Amino acid sequence: MHIAAQVRDAVDRLELPFNALGLDPYGISKRHLVRAMTPLAFAYRHYFSVQTRGIDHVPRRGRAMLVGNHSGGIAIDATMVIASCLLELDPPRLAQGMAERFLNRFAVASVWANRTGQFTGLPEHAERLLRDDRLLLVFPEGARGTAKLFRDRYSLVDFGSGFMRLALKTETPIVPFAVLGTGDAFPTIANARALGRVLGLPYVPVTATGLPLVLPAKVEIEYAGPIRFEGTGNEEDEIVAAQVNRVKAVIASMLESGVRRRRGEPSPATREP
Amino acid sequence: MKILLVGAAGAIARSLARRLQADGHDVVGIDRRPWAASPIEFHQVDVRKRGAEEVFRKLRPDAVVHTATVTSLVVPGAEERSQINVAGTRAVFDYARAYGVEHCIFVGRHTFYGAGPDSPLFHTEDEPPLDLDRFPELADLVAADLVAATALWRFPEIATTVLRVCYTLGPTGSGTLATYVRGRRVPVVFGFDPLFQFLHEDDFVRAVVLTLSQRPRGIFNVAGPQPLPLSIIIREAGRTPVPLPEAVIARMRGRFGFPKLAVGALAHLKYPVVVDARAFREHTGFVHQHDELESIRSFRAAFPRPP
Repeated sequence: MHIAAQVRDAVDRLELPFNALGLDPYGISKRHLVRAMTPLAFAYRHYFSVQTRGIDHVPRRGRAMLVGNHSGGIAIDATMVIASCLLELDPPRLAQGMAERFLNRFAVASVWANRTGQFTGLPEHAERLLRDDRLLLVFPEGARGTAKLFRDRYSLVDFGSGFMRLALKTETPIVPFAVLGTGDAFPTIANARALGRVLGLPYVPVTATGLPLVLPAKVEIEYAGPIRFEGTGNEEDEIVAAQVNRVKAVIASMLESGVRRRRGEPSPATREP
Repeated sequence: MKILLVGAAGAIARSLARRLQADGHDVVGIDRRPWAASPIEFHQVDVRKRGAEEVFRKLRPDAVVHTATVTSLVVPGAEERSQINVAGTRAVFDYARAYGVEHCIFVGRHTFYGAGPDSPLFHTEDEPPLDLDRFPELADLVAADLVAATALWRFPEIATTVLRVCYTLGPTGSGTLATYVRGRRVPVVFGFDPLFQFLHEDDFVRAVVLTLSQRPRGIFNVAGPQPLPLSIIIREAGRTPVPLPEAVIARMRGRFGFPKLAVGALAHLKYPVVVDARAFREHTGFVHQHDELESIRSFRAAFPRPP
C-alpha cells in the first residue's frame, strides 16, 4: 500500500472520539494528522528506515505512558515514536507528546502541534489525557535531552520525577523505550543559547555541517515491557527517585545493547532491569 | 416560583423569560434597555438605581437570575463597564439578601479563565484567571464573577450559583462569538486557530431552567458539545476566514467592517478558552440537545452570509 494510503487508513482506524468533521474533543484533526504524518511515515519507512522492536509492549487500549530518551538537537525521536505507534500498532494509536512551551507561541507551529494532539507539556494536560485513557509520550530529560551533543548521544541526563508521580497518581503503566540513531541524524556540536533566547527557544542547535540538515541515519526504537508501579504519587522524593531510576536503568540498558549492536558487537545474553 | 430576571431585555434573556413563563412561573424582568411589548411584567430601570430596589421590595422574588453583565464589545468605556458589571452585581446580591431571595444565579462567562499560550485546555472551576494583564478589558467581568462568588460565604442563607457559561450561538445572533463571525469575511490571526466552545441558545436557556430547579450551590462551568477550531466555525457559518498577521489585525480593529475588538482580545483569537463542564452536568443532569454543527447552522439560517 502507498504510504499516503497507509497513513490515511491508520488515522481512520484510530480509536479516538472524532466528530462528523473528523475532530476530537481536544481539537485533534484527522485531516491534520494525515497531512503531518504522511511525510513522517515516509521518513520512518525510507529515510531513517526505522527498525522497531517490542511494539507489542505498547498496550492496545487504555492509558499508558511511553517514557524514553532524547537524542539529536531537534525532537526527531518524538516524531518517529509517534510514527511507530501509528504504523506498527494494530489498532493504531496516537502517541501524544508533551511539547516544549515555545512551540505554542509560534504561528503555524501552534496550529499543527495542537491539531495533531501534541499539547504543551503542562501537568494538567498530561493528567487529563491519561484519565481519558490516551497514550502519553514523555521524555523526562526534556529540553536538556535534545540539547545533548553528538558525543553524548547515547547517554542519559537527569530524569525529572513528575512523570512518575503522575503515573502513580493515575495508575498508569509505564512503557520504557530507547531511540538510537536520531543523534546521528541531527549531530549537534554546540548549542547557541544566547541566539535561542532572542528567538524565544531553549537553544539553537549547531550541527557539524553548519546546516540544519537531517541526515539519513539508521534509527532504531525499542520498547520494553510495561512496568506498573505501586503508590499514590505523594511518596517522599527518595522513594519516587528510586522508581524513576528503575525506568532509567531499563532505558540505559536498551541503549547499551543497542550501541553494541550498532557497532557489530555481540549482545550480552540477558538484560535485566 | 417568583423569578426576577436582571438584564431581561437581552436577546437570549428574552427567550429565557418566555420559557420560564411558559413553564408557569411568575416572571418579572428589569433592564436599563427597553423591551417593547414584553410578554412579562417588565421595568425599564437600571439595577443600580432606586427603582430596581423597589422591584425587589414589591415582588420579593424566590429566585433571581442575573444576566446583566457586558463585554468591551458592547460597552467600550472601562469606567462605565466596571460600574455595570461590578457595582451592578454587588447591588443584585445586596438586594437579594435584603429581600429574602432564596436562590441567586449569576450568569458569568467562561472567558473568566483567560487565554494564553500556557493555559491548559479544559479549565476546571478551581483555577484562577490567567493573563489578566494582557487583557485588562476582561478585569471587570472577572471581578463581577468574584463578587458573585463571595456571596457563597457572605450570604449563606442564599443559595448562590455562579455559572461560567461558554459562548452561545443560535438564531438571535447575539453574543460575543456571533458578533465576531457576523461579517462576510472574518479576520483570524495567521498561524493560529484556537478552539472555541459554544452552546446553542436553547441549550443555554435549558441550563438556566435546570439550575433554577436544582439549586446547586457553587461555581460551575457550563458548556455543551465539544469545541471547534475557529476557522471551522467561520467556514461552517458560510463566512470566509481571512488570516492576517497579528500586527495587521491590531490596526484594523473597528475599521473596514472588522469587529471592534479590545487589544487583549487578540489572545483569545490565538489561544483557546475551553472549560470542563462535568461538575455542572453531574449536579443538574444537564445534557445539551443541539450539537456543535446544529448550533452553527441555526445561526447561519438566521444570519446568512452578507452579500
